Amino acid sequence: MSLQELYRGVILDHYRNPRRRGKLTADHIHTEGKNPSCGDEFALDVIIENGVVTDSAIQGQGCSISQASGSMMADAIIGKTLDEVQDLAHTFKVMMTIEEGENPIDPDRPGAVLGDLEALQGVRKFPVRIKCADLPWTTLADALEQATT
Amino acid sequence: MDVARIRKDFPILSRTINGKPLIYLDSAATSQKPQQVIDTVSDYYERINANVHRGAYTLADEATTAYEGARSRVAQFINASSSEVVFTRGTTQAINMIAYGWGLDRLKPGDKIVLTVAEHHSNLVPWQIIARHTGAELVHLGIDSDYRIDISDIDRIFDDSVKIVSISGMSNVTGAIGPIAELTEAAHRVGAIMIVDAAQSVPHMPTDVQALGVDFIAFSSHKMLGPTGIGVLWGKRERLEAMEPVEGGGEMILDVHLQESTWAPIPHKFEAGTPPIAQAVGLGAAVDYLTEIGMENVREHEKQITAYALDRLSEVPDIKIFGPSDVAMRGGAVSLALGDIHAHDLATILDEDGIAVRAGHHCAKPLMREMKAISTARASFYIYNTNEDVDALVEGLHKARVIFGL
Repeated sequence: MSLQELYRGVILDHYRNPRRRGKLTADHIHTEGKNPSCGDEFALDVIIENGVVTDSAIQGQGCSISQASGSMMADAIIGKTLDEVQDLAHTFKVMMTIEEGENPIDPDRPGAVLGDLEALQGVRKFPVRIKCADLPWTTLADALEQATT
Repeated sequence: MDVARIRKDFPILSRTINGKPLIYLDSAATSQKPQQVIDTVSDYYERINANVHRGAYTLADEATTAYEGARSRVAQFINASSSEVVFTRGTTQAINMIAYGWGLDRLKPGDKIVLTVAEHHSNLVPWQIIARHTGAELVHLGIDSDYRIDISDIDRIFDDSVKIVSISGMSNVTGAIGPIAELTEAAHRVGAIMIVDAAQSVPHMPTDVQALGVDFIAFSSHKMLGPTGIGVLWGKRERLEAMEPVEGGGEMILDVHLQESTWAPIPHKFEAGTPPIAQAVGLGAAVDYLTEIGMENVREHEKQITAYALDRLSEVPDIKIFGPSDVAMRGGAVSLALGDIHAHDLATILDEDGIAVRAGHHCAKPLMREMKAISTARASFYIYNTNEDVDALVEGLHKARVIFGL
């Protein structure tokens, strides 16, 4: 396991050029997450219409892992139904060993299951950093809960 | 000071991390422990363990002698009298004890508590709570361009409404040494009490409470080679006698009736319940160890290594160092940022080479905002660190630049 595997180019690209950075103006759900032990912050705006995520935007500051994870997530949820977003979150969390399950990633077909997000699997080998990758996904879970209540 | 010999006393320094020898640069968070302290603590449990005070048997007497012996060693270490040394859980509890025990009954709306923006959360939050209870107001001194406390405005700030002044003796983020003499003078001129959060200063430089002339200081054992779970509140005799105990219970009483009780003399009126005895005895051994080296020598060693570090670090492109450049004005906590690499990423990269640095806000979020830093990586030095440790850090930072494509 090397640092190169942790800090893959795609992660640094999302860190330096986060997708969907900004705020939504139309009616949206806004959720925030903080990691008080390290100071990482992440906030998510999402618009859900007829059970489908139609738009997202992110704000926040923190390490490359937390911010890249958020950028990738904001892109990955677009066009998905709420059930599909739940599946995506579960698949991601299984890959990250946050939730139980069989690792869904196919090493022979990189990116086939989770796209750019698969680049984050190197984080598994750095247990103290898993919570960084997970931070945006806790804000997503809060947003889904708001959407369904 | 023979660092090579000192290093042999610290068993943890011979372990490896990720296959590399441990390079421990996080002593501002907690120091490592020499064999002498570890042995003293296990010896206490193996041969002496009993509850302290009032025991009429040999073991209890020996435990009490060991516990009170540690108190007198600590007293001597800071040039105080034993009765003025209160054992606490650490710096945080000590500051809370002053905030509640001194502040709660005395402060009223309109009174001021003077702090600085550079304080550790442990010297900010207790005062916020007390201010909320009493209606007192918090006033914070700022920092200047050299990251030192700005005292240019103290004549305007200090009037009769100032009742308490509490500042850090040495910043855990910037390493800056606090303007204790100036603020003590200003505090006493208006009749305020002066408190020093000495968590970073006592472990790293000579401390003489008589010479300081302050009213209270607070520090922790675990940052000065001793065990966790114990610290010290030192106060001037008349201040401690006038201060209310915050915790009641066994050990701290003179007499107990059903409706009321009277307190034991200082320091015991502040030590309710069974104290951390083994930890106190371990702190005594830590103080012996530091005394043997000599705190002047500790300070000189850290000035040397900090100067070397500031010099070597300045060679690294894209680096920003948050702290005074003159080592006479600072201790060995060096906070830095490297380009757009977040401090946690830096810490992970350095850890791969066995280098332990702290990353984040260092429990000083207001200061981080003041410095416009989200987080910094902090290397901090102690008696067992060498210039080679600094070289490894610099090499690690170069490696981080490569990984992040800087």
